[in-house]
Amino acid sequence: MNPIDVMAPAMFAALVVFLLLGLPVAFSLAALGLASGLLAIELGVFPPAFMANLPYRIFGILSNELLLSIPFFTLMGAILERSGLAEDLLEGFAQLFGGIPGGIAYAVIVVGAILGAITGTVAASVIAMGVIALPIMMRVGYSHRMATGVIAASGTITQVIPPSLVLIVLADQLGRSVGDMYLGAIGPSIAQVLIFLLFIFVASLIAPKSMPPLPEAERTLKGVSLLLKVAKGVLPSLALIFVVLGTIFMGLATPTEAGAMGVVGAIALAAAHRRLNWKMMREGMESTMSITVMVIFILIGASVFTLVFQGVDGGLWIEHLFTRIGADDPTTFLIVVNILIFLLAFFLDFFEIAFIVIPLLAPMADKLGIDLIWFGVLICVNMQTSFMHPPFGFALFYLRGIAPKSVASKDIYLGAIPWVALQLLLVGILIFFPELVTGLLDKPKNVDLQSIEIKLDDTNGASGSENSENPFSENNKKGAESAPLDDPADYFKKK
Amino acid sequence: MLSLFLSLSQRIDQVSRAAARFAVALVLICALVSALNALSRYLFDLSSNAWLELQWYMFGGIVLLGAPHLLKTNGHIRVDIFYSKLTHRQQLWLDLAGLLVFLAPFSIYMVLTSWPWFLEAWTLQETSPNAGGLLRWPVKLLLPLGFALLTLQGVSETIKRIAALRGTLSLDSAPHYERPLQ
Repeated sequence: MNPIDVMAPAMFAALVVFLLLGLPVAFSLAALGLASGLLAIELGVFPPAFMANLPYRIFGILSNELLLSIPFFTLMGAILERSGLAEDLLEGFAQLFGGIPGGIAYAVIVVGAILGAITGTVAASVIAMGVIALPIMMRVGYSHRMATGVIAASGTITQVIPPSLVLIVLADQLGRSVGDMYLGAIGPSIAQVLIFLLFIFVASLIAPKSMPPLPEAERTLKGVSLLLKVAKGVLPSLALIFVVLGTIFMGLATPTEAGAMGVVGAIALAAAHRRLNWKMMREGMESTMSITVMVIFILIGASVFTLVFQGVDGGLWIEHLFTRIGADDPTTFLIVVNILIFLLAFFLDFFEIAFIVIPLLAPMADKLGIDLIWFGVLICVNMQTSFMHPPFGFALFYLRGIAPKSVASKDIYLGAIPWVALQLLLVGILIFFPELVTGLLDKPKNVDLQSIEIKLDDTNGASGSENSENPFSENNKKGAESAPLDDPADYFKKK
Repeated sequence: MLSLFLSLSQRIDQVSRAAARFAVALVLICALVSALNALSRYLFDLSSNAWLELQWYMFGGIVLLGAPHLLKTNGHIRVDIFYSKLTHRQQLWLDLAGLLVFLAPFSIYMVLTSWPWFLEAWTLQETSPNAGGLLRWPVKLLLPLGFALLTLQGVSETIKRIAALRGTLSLDSAPHYERPLQ
């Protein structure tokens, strides 16, 4: 038997076992990749030079300008969470919509969407909204399930709305530009918000008792003072949206720089609210450091694993698997992949999925003629659900942390179910109506061929990120791109 | 004998903590440098490759100098469905296996392969191909340095796990990491 036929499935099986055992993901991936690589060299599957370029690959990851946006956006979110912006927004909108059944729920969804357009941390949104909105909703008489469900779900919208960090990472892994990824996500983001609002509307007709309006006595703000209150939250939000998202779409800044400016903006906002202090900054910086290390180490481990896995024709093996179950036309493939990712999201979080699973599936998707932007946005919407269901369901987990004891954990879990169904509904809509994603994109088909080359050469995509539409990014990226250029890995594999 | 090892372990922890403090400071500095780079380009039409490269040099610093401390706080992500159901002793044994079988070979391998690669950049005084770019060796040094520190922290963690298994040290091995937030 040819060793190459066995190695890919064996690596895959071993990975599943090690991960389930609970060994740290980054080191399991790296060590497994390393051991398999050395074994493959021993068996003559590929030459010794194959493994010698690991430092270059890691160097490629560290010099990838896009990944630098991870600490920036995380830090921005951490500061914003403590800046008091969510409070202002929620208080304003709750007063504005308060008079109708489900009014506070609408406010939560709208504020979730605004926070999502400013930054990208689910925790920030969920915690901020939970702390403020949940007590009001409970006092007014919302059912616990409805209240916790809408808060958790609105917090996760952040992940789909640009400038989402997940979209940046997916763009990098798929070798597509972040700008296009963001454009593609606009349609689905709006669709998601509308679906959520519609759900509340229908639910308020069917079960108005579960979401009563804010009593007259609590609607203290009227007229001008109400407008001022709303403006106090909305104006700084618009300013931040401009600083981050606006500069990206206008081509003034790369996503990374926009994230850095967002940090400055968030600091300014916190200072304006008199909430800026050294303790809060240090906490934000420390958690940013931990998250960055955690994420990049998974990427390092995954890139070692993927290098070897592709070297032993793992891509081919996966292709055969999909062919064997008949998933070799685009629609069936997408349905199977989405079910797979939905299930994987019970065990892995999105960074692990993005770094481990996506590089394995992307070449196949590309071969089937699936637009990778569409593919990425679909997966992004799908991965939202992982925040909403046990055992991890971080949105639920954060909510549990701040909800009073009288809210049963069971209600938090059950309350999430309709929202997960709505998110899956959107996945289904996107599979059958790709125009929702691709409608805003212009289609340079010929560019694809080149990207495919890059994809196959370097599946971790660390060096495949030189495709920003941003005209200004050229001089900006020189530094970042020079490393992969002298990467002998690429040279070797192209031969 | 064990106490000697434990004091060694404490020393290592201190070194990692110092490196992590540096990495934490880099988080803010890096963001400010990047924001200033962008602003100066649009406001004054000034752009410097050295400052642009400094951004990702610092990124490398955050990742590689922060990693040992994250190992100390047991913060590297794991799938804890099964792990969280183990007894404390079983967790310690699994950690030990992970440290010796998974972490050590990889991080030692990385030190060994990245050291000559750094030396080359050092002896050739390699600079960035960009006009006004930086010397390459400092960022290339981060690789062997970071992985050496990580290996050391692995040694420290191994000592602590063994001491805990022998009952001379109480150790909270439960992962208490903060998950990625997005």
